[in-house]
Amino acid sequence: MIKATELSKKYGGVTVLNIATLEIPKGQSFGLVGNNGAGKTTFFNLVLDLINPTTGNVVNHKIQVNISEDWKPFTASFIDESFLIGYLTPEEYFYFIGELRGMNKADIDVFLSQFDEIFNDEILKKKKYLRDLSKGNQKKVGIIAALIGNPEVIVLDEPFANLDPTTQIRLKKLLRDLTISTNATLLISSHDLGHVTEVCDRIVVLEKGEIVKDLITSAETLQELETYFSV
Amino acid sequence: MIKHFIQFEWKQFFRSSYWQKSIGLNILMAFLALYFMLTFLALGISLFPILDDQFPDSDPLLILNGFLFYWFLADLLMRFFLQKLPVMNIKPLLVLPVKRSKILHYVLGKSAVSFFNFLPLFAVIPFGIMLILEEYGTTTAMIWMVTMVIFTLIINFLNIIIESRSAETEFSFLPIVLIASGLFALNYFEIVSFSNLLANGINAIDANPVFILIPLAILGVVYYLNYTFLMKKLYVDGSLKAKTQTASTSDMAWTRRFGTIAPFLQLDLKLLWRNKRPRSSVFILIIGLAYGLFFYPNPVYNGLEWLYVFVGIFVTGIFIINFGQFIPAWDSGYYKLLMSQNIKYKEYLNSKYTLMVMSSIIMFVLSIPYVYFGWKILLVHFAAMVYNVGVNTYIILLAGSFNRKKIDLTQRAAFNYQGTGAVQWLVGFPLLFVPVGLFFAPYKFIGFEAGVAFLIILGAIGIVFHQKIMRFIVTKYLNSKYKMISAFEQDN
Repeated sequence: MIKATELSKKYGGVTVLNIATLEIPKGQSFGLVGNNGAGKTTFFNLVLDLINPTTGNVVNHKIQVNISEDWKPFTASFIDESFLIGYLTPEEYFYFIGELRGMNKADIDVFLSQFDEIFNDEILKKKKYLRDLSKGNQKKVGIIAALIGNPEVIVLDEPFANLDPTTQIRLKKLLRDLTISTNATLLISSHDLGHVTEVCDRIVVLEKGEIVKDLITSAETLQELETYFSV
Repeated sequence: MIKHFIQFEWKQFFRSSYWQKSIGLNILMAFLALYFMLTFLALGISLFPILDDQFPDSDPLLILNGFLFYWFLADLLMRFFLQKLPVMNIKPLLVLPVKRSKILHYVLGKSAVSFFNFLPLFAVIPFGIMLILEEYGTTTAMIWMVTMVIFTLIINFLNIIIESRSAETEFSFLPIVLIASGLFALNYFEIVSFSNLLANGINAIDANPVFILIPLAILGVVYYLNYTFLMKKLYVDGSLKAKTQTASTSDMAWTRRFGTIAPFLQLDLKLLWRNKRPRSSVFILIIGLAYGLFFYPNPVYNGLEWLYVFVGIFVTGIFIINFGQFIPAWDSGYYKLLMSQNIKYKEYLNSKYTLMVMSSIIMFVLSIPYVYFGWKILLVHFAAMVYNVGVNTYIILLAGSFNRKKIDLTQRAAFNYQGTGAVQWLVGFPLLFVPVGLFFAPYKFIGFEAGVAFLIILGAIGIVFHQKIMRFIVTKYLNSKYKMISAFEQDN
């Protein structure tokens, strides 16, 4: 369970995020939508303790993230390409992450074999460094690496951007299956309202750092979101 | 347009988080610049009387012209290691309505106003004034000064060609060292006497100003060469995006014996080998190893035992200085990953520490042949190694927690020479000179052995308290975590 209390972030007097309280129960797939500058990435950065909150805190499974580092073993994330190590091959990157999460090479090879469809023969055994892969393929590597080691919390910022249509569809299925089969908490953000409504049980709309809508996904949710954003 | 370029430059400089964090370093640089200016000024004023005094039978101007070859060679070498190449972020400009030629002329013109081009003027102008006072004639003096300026600019552009070419090869500084020592050798053994050729040329210009067209033409040629060379790089697929390499992999099983730090050690070794910038800090080990040959065979330095300390620290610590000072900036590209992954800062830093210690030990072993010049040298090198391992490594790790300058490993070749330049060597000063001072006090008052023992004891203390010191350094890094993350996100 992730809980944010009185969480705010200010940059030079401008509030970019201000959440009185937000609770994400364990096993929920949680979607965050909002226009540019709404505070989505800021929220994820706060969850991952990459920036310091101005007020309040985030508690991840009873651990306050900016005090203890003990949330790291069960939390995985992919925010942007700066999470990749450009001079490694995809395999080496997976092995490195695997090692940090207590999995050896054999475990990783087994783990990777289930993603053959998504990798589409463009990533593994290509003798290429990550920096030389296309943006889309880099993203695939980052997202799959975030699933290594059965994390209980997975944070993905805009996982669908830059991906080709086939992979988008496969990824949606993958994420849906994941929340059902493992009881992991999934936090994603997206600009594509269709994708979030398909993947997430719950959708929160941010505007200028404030929560303006908090919806449990139903058949009408997509319609409601589209109406909200078409101003 | 040029106005905009200059504005961009100004903003880039003052808005970078690096500038704001390193005012101290900038002040130090300013002092150093001032020092060099004063030295050159003193040289310019005193050179004429000295030459007149030493060689009463010859013309001081002719004597000086005879030495100019060495001056120019030294200038070229110094620039190669200290002068930053003109850098500009050109990619955003390529699609805008700006003529490519304009960008290039600006970049090249910018290099002409470098400090390194003004520095010689501090010697050249006073010497020229002396020439006028000594009644060489105003024309001759003026022509001589203009010639010197032209030659300085030729060296400037020549250096850009050499430096940008060698930045693309694997050997970085080897070509320049080969070229310079080749020229020097040819001249020294009088196979081709460049110093005479150059002297005759400049004398001819002094006698007949028309000949000044020749160096002017050379200047035109090197400028044009630079221009065409850089022109080829102005395409996104040309140099901005270099060809993809085939990855070579090895599992480096031997790192396993280092336990928990093994994955980081593997990562660091790959970092060193697969990226041009850090790889040059490996190649520079060769320079470090050969450094002792400058001093030890030379009878002038014979018996200067404190000098052994300097050389010893340099030889066994060159990797520490060159690699260590960019910790953790080497990892700036994926710093957020390291901060959100299941990683303990301690293991991450311990891996860097281990790498530096290994380099120090290896360099010591390789420097054992220096025992040929005396057993004391070996002893001092050993003490220097222990000091490097036990003191300098911690200092540089600690300094790293103040590091706010990103290094972009993925950008290669042209227009990317981040972090190289005089500052890089400046950081090494305290690491090199403090141990010399520490050695000198007991050496002077007690004896050679006491000096050596003092360094070893200091190093040993550091090694014994490794855990404690590392814990302290880790807290420093933790305290500046958010600042580092946000600084490493900036591009400049």
